Amino acid sequence: MLSERSISPEKASSRKAVDWGAIVVNVALPFAGVIVALFVGVIMLLLLKADPIAAYTALVQGAVGSTFGLTQSLVKATPLLLVGSGICIAFRANVINIGGEGQIIMGALAGTALPLAFPTVPGYILIPGACLAGFMAGAFWGFIPGILKARLKVNEILSTIMLNAIALQVMNLLLQGPLMDPEGIAHGTFLNQSAQLPHQAYLARLVPQTLLHTGAILALVVAIACYFFLWRTGLGFNIRAVGLNPAASRYSGIDVPFYEALSMTLAGGLAGLAGVIEVIGVQHRLMSGITGGYGFTGIVAALLGSLHPLGLIPASVFFGGLLVGADKMQRAVQVPSSLITAMLGLIVLFVSGSSLWARRWMAHRDASTARRNSMAGASARGEEA
Amino acid sequence: MSGISPDVMIGIFSTMMALATPFLYAALGETFAQRSGVVNLGVDGIMLISAFAAFYVVLLTNNLWLGLLAAALVGLAMGLLMSVVSVSLKAEQGVSGIGLYMLGMGLSSLLFKVLVGTVKTVQGFRGVAIPVLSDIPFIGPVLFRNSVLVYGAFLLVPLSYFVLEKTTLGLKIKAVGQNPAAADSVGISVNGIRYFSVCLGAALAGIAGASLSISLLNLFQDNLTAGQGFIAVALVYFGGWNPWGVLVGALLFSVVNSIQLWMQVLGVKIPSAVAVMLPYVLTIVALTVSVNRVRQPAALNKPFERGES
Amino acid sequence: MKLAKVLTALALASVLAAGAFAAPVKIAVIMPSATTDMAFSQSMWQALLAVQKAAGGESAILIKYTDNMFNVPDAAAAIRDYASQGFDIVIAHGSQYGSSVQEIAKDFPKVTFAWGTDVNTYGLPNVYAYTAAAEEGGYVNGVLAAKLTKSKKIGVTGPIEVGDAKTYIDGFVQGVLSVDKTIVVSKTWTGSFSDVALMTAAAQTHIANGADALTGSSQSVVGSVGAAKDKGNVLWFGTQFDQSSLAPAIVVASQNYDWNGMLKDILAKRKAGTLGGIAYTLTLKNGGLKIAYNPAYKLPAAAKKAADAAAKAIAAGTLKVEP
Repeated sequence: MLSERSISPEKASSRKAVDWGAIVVNVALPFAGVIVALFVGVIMLLLLKADPIAAYTALVQGAVGSTFGLTQSLVKATPLLLVGSGICIAFRANVINIGGEGQIIMGALAGTALPLAFPTVPGYILIPGACLAGFMAGAFWGFIPGILKARLKVNEILSTIMLNAIALQVMNLLLQGPLMDPEGIAHGTFLNQSAQLPHQAYLARLVPQTLLHTGAILALVVAIACYFFLWRTGLGFNIRAVGLNPAASRYSGIDVPFYEALSMTLAGGLAGLAGVIEVIGVQHRLMSGITGGYGFTGIVAALLGSLHPLGLIPASVFFGGLLVGADKMQRAVQVPSSLITAMLGLIVLFVSGSSLWARRWMAHRDASTARRNSMAGASARGEEA
Repeated sequence: MSGISPDVMIGIFSTMMALATPFLYAALGETFAQRSGVVNLGVDGIMLISAFAAFYVVLLTNNLWLGLLAAALVGLAMGLLMSVVSVSLKAEQGVSGIGLYMLGMGLSSLLFKVLVGTVKTVQGFRGVAIPVLSDIPFIGPVLFRNSVLVYGAFLLVPLSYFVLEKTTLGLKIKAVGQNPAAADSVGISVNGIRYFSVCLGAALAGIAGASLSISLLNLFQDNLTAGQGFIAVALVYFGGWNPWGVLVGALLFSVVNSIQLWMQVLGVKIPSAVAVMLPYVLTIVALTVSVNRVRQPAALNKPFERGES
Repeated sequence: MKLAKVLTALALASVLAAGAFAAPVKIAVIMPSATTDMAFSQSMWQALLAVQKAAGGESAILIKYTDNMFNVPDAAAAIRDYASQGFDIVIAHGSQYGSSVQEIAKDFPKVTFAWGTDVNTYGLPNVYAYTAAAEEGGYVNGVLAAKLTKSKKIGVTGPIEVGDAKTYIDGFVQGVLSVDKTIVVSKTWTGSFSDVALMTAAAQTHIANGADALTGSSQSVVGSVGAAKDKGNVLWFGTQFDQSSLAPAIVVASQNYDWNGMLKDILAKRKAGTLGGIAYTLTLKNGGLKIAYNPAYKLPAAAKKAADAAAKAIAAGTLKVEP
């Protein structure tokens, strides 16, 4: 699944050289893809009798033009970064995790149930406890497709799609029952939400009058940790080896199914963590819509970050900003939100299509470097090229 | 449960037929695409925009076949877009599929709001009773009183099997999906076949959408499919990339869905959320106990570049 | 004398001019689904448009909307943005927006926030809350359905058993049983607000089981109406929005959420200086809930009489419907 071409074999083991050329190209081309998509968007805006200039001005202004916009971009980047890190790990083992939606839900459920069950426990226990519970719940929801694939060869796309739907119904079941907000029952409104979490379980807000919370820092730490995990630990090395060349890995004794299951479990755990963070950091209770589509947009962010946890950091911020700006654009020129969805789809299409040129550029560059090296080597040995 | 009356049985299986129809079109179409090596996760988006196209054309012209054609053509166009991005530009297919889904979802909602503005019903393909056959007790009402699109979905199963297993085209499709380098070396246009399969799959997904908006439901509503396209993709894996396996999957999923509704109607004491979960749970269970360990097409999700393995 | 007349004329003219060029009242509305959902969001959207029209159009009331805000932080950003742009009234039309309103309203004391469906104004002077006593109209619909059913089997196609879907249906069942305790009311829940195909299948299941009257709620319920229409003699009872346009032959009545009265009241109160602090409930008594009978359906007099009696009793307070 992870194309062998997007990371050359040397990079997998290289620990020294930072390939600046590759970084620049992997950033510039997706960016170009975004621009092209926005051009197509101009046509759609004009057809809807909206002013494209006002629209795109609002887009930029929404993302970076105000304190609130900037912090909101980071607020959205947080779950993208967490889910995306998990996607990166899974992709590296050649496993595609489209179960993010379900894993986020399970994490959010655990992260809600725990503080509600122990409302008097102090925050410094409750918050890490909730995060751990959410991670474990999400990991469990990723473990199921992982083990099914490893032991029974059940395709993970099938199982994760099913598990997404099952998770949604589990949430419905619990929100209609034991988790339903007692206030809603008392007032006769029966709202589709849990009770508000005890205050000590909330994550601190970093900037007043915004939604930016300490979960953003946690997400950053997690992304960096994922980088170290994948490139500086034996487990991570095996995961990458399994993804790059399963046959060779098997031959050299690596238990391929185990690492596929492991990567799926980790991806689930990170998505579950995203779910908890959304609950304790932003919404302070569980309600439907908690996933915010991050199970899917996390995949897009991972692609924008070239499936590398460190690349994911700027990619999530960028994508988060894009989402925030797009909402602002909707408000400014009053186009239906569905136009925004369509434009985001175009962006994803164009960006995913732009990777070809990135790869071609890098292959071309690597080939000419190799040619130059071999010629230099040949002349040093006194031969003709 | 005390003896289930024959009427209830007929009801369960009739609902199953209706529920299975869009899955069959979309999943069989996706089977072609995946057999040639391309995963298209955007099926739900294609179903949505094509469903709207069919609905809108019928709303304006009252011509059902024109509506069906519109759905197929819109699906084809989406398939072309997917092919360009995923086959020619060799994008990461899981991601491009999601982009296609968002595009289809957004466009269908947008056009629905701008062109129609509120929910309206249309007169779609009605049930057509096949003479003689429809009078057979039990089987008659279930199988032979459905609309043309329902019949089409079920006939598509043996037809797809025939194309894949008994024609040169099918051979090429499978070759391209199994070993594109070898196929390329004997002169088969790998990208050409993939374009064809993806577009065919997308056109069929379009007809799946039409089966909803101009036959089974006879209206268009925001997010009409509510994720059925993803279930259809999952059914391709369930069915082992074989049309008959897809049929089994679609019927299993639909009959369990139908049964859980009957359970709710008959007042069986089960929380509704658990009932709704049943089709999904049973699909996973069925797959874990089934013995058929079919390997996926070897080149699935791997864009082809001549000169690479 | 002449100078006084001129001055008076000038004064009058300037007052008139000020009135004519007065800045329009700016209302922003944030909704969790599309404005075309023929249910919750559309009911508020249509009411706003109607109020705008009655006041004289865009020069009197300017409306900006943001739909499909099912993601709460996104909605919070929208609410805050509209408030900071100087909107007079920001309507957060979704029960999931409560905490966001609570946080944001504190930062914009001059803006009126209205949110629903809930009864909590958080003790803030610039927050209105609103809800609908859906169980009331549900009861009346139930009485009607009970009077009209011949098979004594009634089907309820619900989405998820929460919110006003739950309260409406609970009221409906009470209404049915108040007429005839032997009627069997079956309920299905599809677990989704948007799955039309499953809702249609649910309706078909009820019909196959012998139900000749159906009701339900959510945007996906258009599928149930379609199924009833297809069968031909199954009656439909709607809520949240008038659904008779979908199937004029079989829709008997709909409970309409009429936000007009409440919106006008909020506008008037704001003008008079009250920015919030009231929890509105749409009821049959205050006209916020209206039972809209489909003129195309010939309702037998006895049934209408019973329904009217029930509605009157609820409005008078003599009949209590538990949500």
